[in-house]
Amino acid sequence: MSNTPTGRLLVGPFNRVEGDLEVQLQVADGRVASAQVNATMYRGFEQLLPGRAVRDALVVVPRICGICSVSQSVAAARALADAAGVTPPPNGQHALNLMQACENLADHLSHFYLFFAPDFTRPIYADRPWWPEAVRRWAALGAGVTQGEHARQALAARQRWFTLMGTLGGKWPHTQSVQPGGSSRAIDAAERLRLMSKLREMRAFLESTLFAAPLEDIAALRDAAALARWHAADPLRGDLRFFLTVADDLALAQLGAGPGRTLSWGAYPQPDAGLALAAGVCEHPSASPLTRQAPDVRLVTEDATHAWLADSGGPRHPAQGVTLPDVDKPAAYSWNKAPRLDGRVVETGAIARQLADGQPLITDVVQCHGSQVVSRVLARLIELARVLPMMERWLGAIVPREPFYTPDSLPDEGEGMGLTEAARGALGHWVRWRNGRLLHYQIVAPTSWNFSPRDAQGQPGALEAALVGAPVYPGERTPVAVQHIVRSFDPCMVCTVH
Amino acid sequence: MGSLHVLWLQSGGCGGCSMSLLNADTPDWAATLRTSGIEWLWHPSLSLASGEAVLQMLEDCLSGAQPLDVLCIEGALLRGPQGSGRFHLLAGTGVPMISWVRRLAGVARYVVAVGSCAAWGGVSGARNHATEACGLQFEDDQPGGLLGAAFRSGAGLPVINVAGCPTHPGWVIDSLMALADGSLSADDLDSLQRPRFYADQLVHHGCTRNEFYEFKASAEQPSDLGCMMEHMGCKGTQAHADCNTRLWNGEGSCTRGGYACISCTEPGFQDPGHAFDATPKVAGIPIGLPTDMPKAWFVALASLSKSATPRRVKTNATADHIVVPPVARKTRLK
Repeated sequence: MSNTPTGRLLVGPFNRVEGDLEVQLQVADGRVASAQVNATMYRGFEQLLPGRAVRDALVVVPRICGICSVSQSVAAARALADAAGVTPPPNGQHALNLMQACENLADHLSHFYLFFAPDFTRPIYADRPWWPEAVRRWAALGAGVTQGEHARQALAARQRWFTLMGTLGGKWPHTQSVQPGGSSRAIDAAERLRLMSKLREMRAFLESTLFAAPLEDIAALRDAAALARWHAADPLRGDLRFFLTVADDLALAQLGAGPGRTLSWGAYPQPDAGLALAAGVCEHPSASPLTRQAPDVRLVTEDATHAWLADSGGPRHPAQGVTLPDVDKPAAYSWNKAPRLDGRVVETGAIARQLADGQPLITDVVQCHGSQVVSRVLARLIELARVLPMMERWLGAIVPREPFYTPDSLPDEGEGMGLTEAARGALGHWVRWRNGRLLHYQIVAPTSWNFSPRDAQGQPGALEAALVGAPVYPGERTPVAVQHIVRSFDPCMVCTVH
Repeated sequence: MGSLHVLWLQSGGCGGCSMSLLNADTPDWAATLRTSGIEWLWHPSLSLASGEAVLQMLEDCLSGAQPLDVLCIEGALLRGPQGSGRFHLLAGTGVPMISWVRRLAGVARYVVAVGSCAAWGGVSGARNHATEACGLQFEDDQPGGLLGAAFRSGAGLPVINVAGCPTHPGWVIDSLMALADGSLSADDLDSLQRPRFYADQLVHHGCTRNEFYEFKASAEQPSDLGCMMEHMGCKGTQAHADCNTRLWNGEGSCTRGGYACISCTEPGFQDPGHAFDATPKVAGIPIGLPTDMPKAWFVALASLSKSATPRRVKTNATADHIVVPPVARKTRLK
């Protein structure tokens, strides 16, 4: 075919991701042959922080990201708590978890309705039988008179949902109530009840519009076969089943294979120790059983070979990391470094959390079909169904009039590490200070893992590899398959380019 | 009148002002804008168009084929390194964002800085920053910025600074609605070009800790209920914004969240010259007093009110919940 796309494509600006992203594609015979992923902005938070009072980090760090600011706060607070040896009281831990879960679930909701699903309303799909229904439900809110009914309802549900943060955290984004010793905002008895009613409002939205089923029924789907039966019983009812209908028609499960290795630092510490979602590194090579092990944080390195950042001394552990711009560096093509675990590429996100936690459905789906566009989206939606009931339990466990905050006394010198899970995956902060002033601050964000450039060994990052093989149809300059794959990772570029 | 065509671009920021905008207090966000005559040409978080279609739209704005009524910029303008703007290239173009912003500002009827990064440089322009970050028409409190102090948009207005970190969704929606119905003039902006409907207020107004403030009954650590001005770095008496009367996320504000106002609507807030959570003092008296109150009066009133503080107020100030409730009198109030 003379019009089979071949050659170089520069795709950008890439929107409905958080921040600035450009993707460079080499296309051969109508397929992506190789990809380079470029974070096109540098902000330099790791240079802004040294020299400041230690606690200033709690003000500055959330401002890395307006979409996962609570997660950034939690990582910073945990790094300071690590150095100070302080633990929040049970109420405080529950309050922090409620705030972070509020943000993470809101991100999943925004991602599905505002960032990901609108691509199914593109005119390229106008001949598909489901297209008019996709437009009715999911048309983008940003232009024209056609705006998806379910997208509008989801945005309204999100606005109500974030009133949780008004009470728990004063405001969102950029609350400062997240402290090493817990929360600066105690919740009284009446507020606890009002918050419970807001959890129930979100439950109602999810159970009517997204799942059209009780959350517990969704969380109880045990394997891919059970999911297929549930889907087939009523394939248009609720947005999850409708998504599966669209995904089957477009064979989205064939798109965007991940590296077969996922990382989660684990999420939502509980007062009696332990995590509500376990940490883990999972490997799932094709045709082999999935394996899980505890992540070893000592094996994290960041490689700046292909970043416009100084890289003398080679890959470094973030406790020794350096982030200094080097704008004329040859062979560099991104502001993102390449994080690696034991020198290897990993994928991070809801899929990594659910695999690490042993969630049966996601485990089975990944064993059968790998990590790809559909399983990534499914993992986020399963997380919505699983974490909201956890939030109901945490809120129920809050005891009014008991403390939410443990006073801490930060030592004059300290060194700490704060690990957590943002919606998009593994987030780590590494901090060191002396005489009450920050000396060193390094951040490894989830999208830094997923959207990393190549490393010194030439290994492409998770997305770079996932794009290989994506179809490019005649006439496409911004290929729709590439968009599905990129957005299936729900990138947060502003976190990446901190 | 016709639609107000709004183009929203992001540069050196965190995206938080866009995310905040989605929290506007309305059950139907899209309808609120549409029925106000506000139409997105493009918004990076909300629009379907991607890649080439966006670049074509930008070219149409520059050529005049597409009227550009409002250019909203979120995030600081990154001029570095060495003025090249290479710290932020608009993806897909290889061209610095500062070049796009300069050219688009030249054809826009109105230019709006959304948030303190776009207004003054904000946190992106904090001390030690390497990015040469600045605001559209200010660099901290110095006029100039990317576009220069003399810049006026097509309608004759300077850049409208909807400052805040993040900015409140209501401030943005009200500003756009006022532009759509033609009711925002130069007189409606304060000396820092912020819309006066929110900047003529102080965060202190409506603060739930006002009784503690009156008696100088002060919080000593996070989660205490008392006034945060004396020890915790709170600038609510000096910060221009209506955060405690137009609440955030339903019922919140920074002071209601248990932490100090850092005056994030003010230029230079990111480098206060002291730790954010501490109040700088001279001889035990806070330096940052309410701007329109003579210091001697403040000192006199504070010592008087401290000596008269009811036990209830004093005790509750250093507790995280009400320990001493107001007395329930046995006689009727008079």
